Amino acid sequence: MFRVTREAIDLQGLVDFVTDPEAGAIVTFIGTTRNNNEGRKVIALDYEAYPEMAEKELARLGEEAKKRWDIRRMAIVHRIGPVRITESSVIIAVSAAHRADAFEACRFAIEEIKKSVPIWKKELFEGGEVWIGTQSGQPLPGR
Amino acid sequence: MKVKVKFFAILRERAGAGEITKEIREGSTVAELWEALQRDYSKLAPVDMRLLYAVNQAYVKADYVLKERDEVVFVPPVSGGS
Repeated sequence: MFRVTREAIDLQGLVDFVTDPEAGAIVTFIGTTRNNNEGRKVIALDYEAYPEMAEKELARLGEEAKKRWDIRRMAIVHRIGPVRITESSVIIAVSAAHRADAFEACRFAIEEIKKSVPIWKKELFEGGEVWIGTQSGQPLPGR
Repeated sequence: MKVKVKFFAILRERAGAGEITKEIREGSTVAELWEALQRDYSKLAPVDMRLLYAVNQAYVKADYVLKERDEVVFVPPVSGGS
C-alpha cells in the first residue's frame, strides 16, 4: 500500500495491511506536525504532492527496501493538505521475520521520502508562511 | 509539438498556474523547455533552488529529449515526511 491521501491516516489500517503470519515484528513510524521550527511558532504544515508520481516513488522505495532487507510487507501513506499540530503527515508500517530488518527498512523509507518523493510542505507559522526545501544533492537511484 | 507542464508548490505559486500546454520545437530537451518557460513566466526566473526534472512521472536528466504530449514537471526541492 503506497498512497497519498487528503484524509487523516489510519494507523491500524496500515498495521493490518502488513500483518503477516511469517512476521515476528511490525515497526511503524508516524511523522507528526511539531508546534515549532527554527524558532517559529508553527500553526500547521500544508502538504502538496504530484500524486501520481509520488505514489510511484513510494512504491519504488518499497521495492528497494525489499531488495536490501528481509521484510515481509510494507505500507506507506502520506497525507496532503493541511496537517495540524500533533496530527500525522506520514505513516510507515513494515513487517519482517525479525525486528532488525523491520527497523532498518522503516528508517530507510522515511529518510528516502525526504530525498526523492515529489511532496512539498509549506509551513504556516505565526507571522507568515514558507516552503520548506531541502535537497540531498546526492544522485537519485537509477540514474 | 505540444507538451503538458505541471507546476507544483513554490513553482505553481510563482507561475500562477498549475498546468499549462506549451508549444515547443521538435527535439527540444527538458532543459530548453525550462529556459523557454522562464521567458514566458518572468517570476520563474532566477532559479534560486536546485530543480529536478520529471517526464511522465519519472525523473530524467536535463538533456532528455521531449516527445509530443509528454507530461513535464520541474521538481523543486522535496520536503515530504515530517
